[in-house]
Amino acid sequence: MSVVERQEWDVVVVGAGGAGLRAAIEARERGARTAVICKSLFGKAHTVMAEGGIAAAMGNANERDDWTVHFRDTLRGGKFLNQWRMAELHAKEAPDRVWELETWGALFDRTKDGRISQRNFGGHEYPRLAHVGDRTGLELIRTLQQRIVALQQEDHRRTGAYESRLKVFQECTVTRVLKDGSRVCGVFAYERESGRFFVLEAPAVVIATGGIGKSFKVTSNSWEYTGDGHALALLAGAPLLNMEFVQFHPTGMVWPPSVKGILVTESVRGDGGVLRNSDGERFMFDYVPDVFKEKYAESEAEADRWYDDPDRNRRPPELLPRDEVARAINSEVKAGRGSPHGGVFLDVSTRMPAETVKRRLPSMYHQFKELADVDITAEAMEVGPTCHYVMGGVAVDSDTAAARGVPGLYAAGEVAGGMHGSNRLGGNSLSDLLVFGRRAGWHAAEYALGGERPRVAEEDVGSAAAEALRPFSAEAGAGAGAGAAGAADRAGGPPENPYALHQELQQTMNDLVGIIRREAEMEQALEKLAELRVRARRAGVEGHRQFNPGWHLALDLRNMLLVSECVARAALERTESRGGHTREDHAAMDRRWRNVNLLCRLTDPTDGLAATDPVRGQITLDRETTDPVRPDLLALFEQEELAKYLADEELYR
Amino acid sequence: MSGYEARFRVWRGDQGGGALEDFAVEVNEGEVVLDIIHRLQATQAPDLAVRWNCKAGKCGSCSAEINGRPRLMCMTRMSVFTREETVTVTPLRAFPVVRDLVTDVGFNYAKAREVPAFVPPAGVGPGEYRMTQEDVDRSQEFRKCIECFLCQDTCHVVRDHEENKPAFAGPRFLMRVAELDMHPLDAAAGTGLDRARAAQDEHGLGYCNITKCCTEVCPEGIRITDNALIPLKERAVDRKYDPLVWLGSKIRRRRES
Repeated sequence: MSVVERQEWDVVVVGAGGAGLRAAIEARERGARTAVICKSLFGKAHTVMAEGGIAAAMGNANERDDWTVHFRDTLRGGKFLNQWRMAELHAKEAPDRVWELETWGALFDRTKDGRISQRNFGGHEYPRLAHVGDRTGLELIRTLQQRIVALQQEDHRRTGAYESRLKVFQECTVTRVLKDGSRVCGVFAYERESGRFFVLEAPAVVIATGGIGKSFKVTSNSWEYTGDGHALALLAGAPLLNMEFVQFHPTGMVWPPSVKGILVTESVRGDGGVLRNSDGERFMFDYVPDVFKEKYAESEAEADRWYDDPDRNRRPPELLPRDEVARAINSEVKAGRGSPHGGVFLDVSTRMPAETVKRRLPSMYHQFKELADVDITAEAMEVGPTCHYVMGGVAVDSDTAAARGVPGLYAAGEVAGGMHGSNRLGGNSLSDLLVFGRRAGWHAAEYALGGERPRVAEEDVGSAAAEALRPFSAEAGAGAGAGAAGAADRAGGPPENPYALHQELQQTMNDLVGIIRREAEMEQALEKLAELRVRARRAGVEGHRQFNPGWHLALDLRNMLLVSECVARAALERTESRGGHTREDHAAMDRRWRNVNLLCRLTDPTDGLAATDPVRGQITLDRETTDPVRPDLLALFEQEELAKYLADEELYR
Repeated sequence: MSGYEARFRVWRGDQGGGALEDFAVEVNEGEVVLDIIHRLQATQAPDLAVRWNCKAGKCGSCSAEINGRPRLMCMTRMSVFTREETVTVTPLRAFPVVRDLVTDVGFNYAKAREVPAFVPPAGVGPGEYRMTQEDVDRSQEFRKCIECFLCQDTCHVVRDHEENKPAFAGPRFLMRVAELDMHPLDAAAGTGLDRARAAQDEHGLGYCNITKCCTEVCPEGIRITDNALIPLKERAVDRKYDPLVWLGSKIRRRRES
């Protein structure tokens, strides 16, 4: 094998969405030479899909809003499972992170007095989301992208080279985080365009790869969301936290089939859109759970008054947290009151003038017009739940974003766990990216510049390269120099098509570990995952390494299978329903689970034969008790409300 | 409506050359061209190279030329073609091919770096920015840009004129200059930078003869020529010395009447 090129950096950021770019900006500004690696072109990350806005208690729309209210809303939304210190930092720092974007050129929609306009969203007590129409994610990514370019221009003036201190390696995939003993020492990656391997040596690696939605059939996520960062962290020895919590966004498109799952922004409801079943009923009034009874309107009349007079009326139940709305839609469809294509109706056409719809929801108007021939100013949309976000992720230290147990490894954004507890509120994702992206970049830079540089071992580079080349040897005929492992795999059956394996995986997760879960089905899913793992070893590809999507998918399958097993195992273990985890056989939230974290670790760090055993699998699950919530934060809630969530011993400690 | 079998011709090859390859492929109700390309990958050509991401017209990755016209594959519905029609998909012509439908769009990233960044106003701290909606409307229109680079691809200044590339930023980045020029709080002028003048002198605004091809292909419907390029030209040079600006303003008026 030819020598793999190596480069030295201080901090390597994997992923160029909101969290990755914010981390890179921070690391570079603190003096670390920083490399960013992303699978797509620079500026195309999944963050562009975020529509509604960035939640930050700036108090522009309602001056009573402040960080304590935002903190409370976040904990209620997450059903009190949130890593509370993260929720605190997030609520306190989000306004600064938004304002900072303005100094980098962002242009948010404005209030009458020239400040940043804020809109209503599910689970947020006051209008809190800074936004730009319904393309807020695009504004965020473009602003960060342009900030990176600005820093590169500065470096160009100083050093004569744009990429001397901050470089983006676009269209490259990282397949391994490399270690020197217990410490991180770099990453192994390939260029998607050429298939060429390379190593970036660095004492600190920030993982900011987003989510796992591509393991599910119906999803709002793009092809990039294959759980890469979750898997990289696991393989590097870091645990994943509470992977059972997967958010199904209540409103995805359901028709036509080719766009099934594409997101319909929550702003549609925030701005006045209502949900109806096939009988024309606004069914959400029947689905307000006890813990939220006092906070939501009881009648349509009250709900409608709230838009103009939020102080004297309660909010419409369409604006309950996402998990509640998704379950409600699911129940309506199951009860036979669904729309023709298996969703429910989401209507703005009878709620506001056509011009207002076009102005406030331009990309939704465009999306339905172009992709479904539906004019949302004249007729209702059909919508249903779609896999949208994973609350679980790399277990991190709240203040530093450092991954547990692996010095030099950091994680921020969707790939990090804890912040959102069992369910994320809309708008809290973009703010999460900024707050913890910055913190990860800051602490990674500090760590990287503070110590001795670790060393990347040649044999580790060699085994990473062999792993990445495996799909090509699966294709070759028996005994054609593919090595003993390859020959053994082929003995088990014919080569597999990675696309077909991926589809089976998506169907399995969708059907058996989806929005409503049952014990027997999850056990079945684990069996199926074990079978797919064995078959995935025979996933062969044709052609060569230059921009070969079949090969890329074959490599991504490893990650999706690992992460899917984490989701299934943790979901089977947690015998209650909470947030983004609903058990038909344990339908109630159980206070005894409130302070329990489930941690997934790799069973066999050498990635050996345990993988073929469906019972043991690749993942070991541990329980841990969470840190008690700090008393001054608990004091922000009424005792009566706390009693609904906290176990007695937590309440009266 | 049931599925049918469509005829597709897809360019396959690399820097060394290539050719159109014929495929017969299933098409179902509601599908877009990108769905069909994906079906080809999954069933007939697993190594067919294509860029894509969001599949909803928001990221601008899946740009290609469909029957010769620059378009997003994810927003081109199969229902715009007849069943008999052969659909030809080729890579963007203005950029070097990498493989199949993937081109090297590095030109655009190089041009992005040549536009000086937003200059924050001195003495206005974070949280103190005040701008009216009317004042940000103009720049916000340009910030809808998803960087699909279809305008860069179609612009005849560079489409078949490689030699113009060093001197010409292209519609997307001239629009970026206009966006910053119209930003209510950009303080570039205070640093001695005249953005409109720079557009003319450094980014090749003079090459643009306002044929509006860029506006026609923009999937976001941004009025690049009318709202960005012409006003920039008007600010860059005294209008009587640029007959094209004069002509452009006449054309615009006629359309609006």
